[in-house]
Amino acid sequence: MPSDRDILVSVRNLSFSRGNRVIFDGVDMDFRRGKVTAIMGPSGTGKTTLLRLIGGQLRPTRGTAHVDGVNVHALSLSELYELRKRMGMLFQSGALLTDLDVYENVAFPLREHTRLPESMIRILVLMKLEAVGLRGARDLMPSELSGGMARRAALARAIVLDPMMVMYDEPFTGQDPISMGVLVKLIRELNDALGLTSIVVSHDVHETAAIADYIYLISNGKVVGQGVPDELMKSSSPWVRQFMEGQPDGPVHFHFPAADYGRDLLGNGA
Amino acid sequence: MRKTLENLGRVTLDTVKKLGRANLFLLHVLSGTLAILLRFRLLTAQMYSVGVLSILLIAVSGLFVGMVLGLQGFNVLSDFGAEESLGVMVAASLVRELGPVVTALLFAGRAGSALTAEIGLMKATEQLSGMEMMAVDPVKRVITPRFLAGVLSMPLLASLFSMVGVMGGFFVGVGLLGVDEGAFWTQMRSHLDFEDDIINGVIKSLVFGVVVTWIAVFEGHDAIPTSEGVSRATTRSVVYSAFAVLGWDFVLTALMFGED
Repeated sequence: MPSDRDILVSVRNLSFSRGNRVIFDGVDMDFRRGKVTAIMGPSGTGKTTLLRLIGGQLRPTRGTAHVDGVNVHALSLSELYELRKRMGMLFQSGALLTDLDVYENVAFPLREHTRLPESMIRILVLMKLEAVGLRGARDLMPSELSGGMARRAALARAIVLDPMMVMYDEPFTGQDPISMGVLVKLIRELNDALGLTSIVVSHDVHETAAIADYIYLISNGKVVGQGVPDELMKSSSPWVRQFMEGQPDGPVHFHFPAADYGRDLLGNGA
Repeated sequence: MRKTLENLGRVTLDTVKKLGRANLFLLHVLSGTLAILLRFRLLTAQMYSVGVLSILLIAVSGLFVGMVLGLQGFNVLSDFGAEESLGVMVAASLVRELGPVVTALLFAGRAGSALTAEIGLMKATEQLSGMEMMAVDPVKRVITPRFLAGVLSMPLLASLFSMVGVMGGFFVGVGLLGVDEGAFWTQMRSHLDFEDDIINGVIKSLVFGVVVTWIAVFEGHDAIPTSEGVSRATTRSVVYSAFAVLGWDFVLTALMFGED
């Protein structure tokens, strides 16, 4: 367990496999309190899986994940649920409950976990909706929201219990430039205004680099690069450079491994 | 040969595992019962969508089944000069068999498939996962009220089916075919036993309610979270429910009416 009080989430020697496929192989990461830390890497590297491991929805095959000093995977289910009340998570799809309107979606955690009077719930919900700019959309159903609005509504829901941290799963994917700009601004501002600790999983280099205090790059189950955004941009590692600059070819080849092209065309490839 | 044995072994293992999962799942669902009974509004909302919205289908089907029973029964009974017994025949067939069984089959098609698809899609769109991360147990919050609503709705719907069916038989038998009205009702009343017929019918529909709703919610929760996975789960839900209802109907009938 890390002794540093400054670290909220600490991942040590974490390994995780699905069947024979190794997703993580001995990953170490620290997430500092009050900071925005990004986890970046190509699609399919298990970035979302890492959030699920930290949130206790999956169990690692080896290693530990500590949140606020407690080992997430040593907790009983009720203790885990208590911990999760202090962790917000924003899913890629928003995961809004489709049978409830925006207001009720944001009120959902309050209704489930508190016995606050209706007037207090109303004030809390409207405050959070105001923070994400959707106070006027409170009566809309999730199906009536654009992708960006759905994510903002889900963000309001994620912070309605005033958690200590928020985990963002691919918050920028599939957003138009304006929604993207709004989300980038919201993540940074909410983090600073509410004193949160944010973990952002993404592969959108520029947006993430603009708000992250620290970045981990993962690929093939390992941390292949880490540092503040400027350091990574100037990194000497060819892999890191390829990823950060979005080059089509480099250490990660453009071509999926295949037999010799010429022989393949002549029918001898197999 | 070896391949066949391997496949057989794999299918058997998968089936046993799935049955195990389904039983653990049912225990999990039932563990949330008390909390849902205390939050009655969650239950009534589900009873509305599972039960009330099925009323029209059940009532119309019951009416037609009763009318057909009236016609067919009259044809057979009149050969023996026993058309006065039409009321007993219609009511006994409905209360003992057709009411619970046909209601369960219709319920599986209308409400069961909807439950499976709804829960499967909630899983596919991460709504269930999202609840977990909000420290809310999705099984107790989402599945338990739906399960209880299905179990409670089924006997009510089956009773409705039988009642409307008797009326259908009455319209055809007495209204169209000229069976004596007094004989129709008195024979029914003297030959139908409250415990043996009506209560047993209600017990049957309760069992079907458990079986059909259990299959529906489990298949939804166990679905592979893709559009194809949900569509397959929905099909399985209806097919398994039909088999289970007909199989259990035989077992229950043997237990209830076997000694007569």
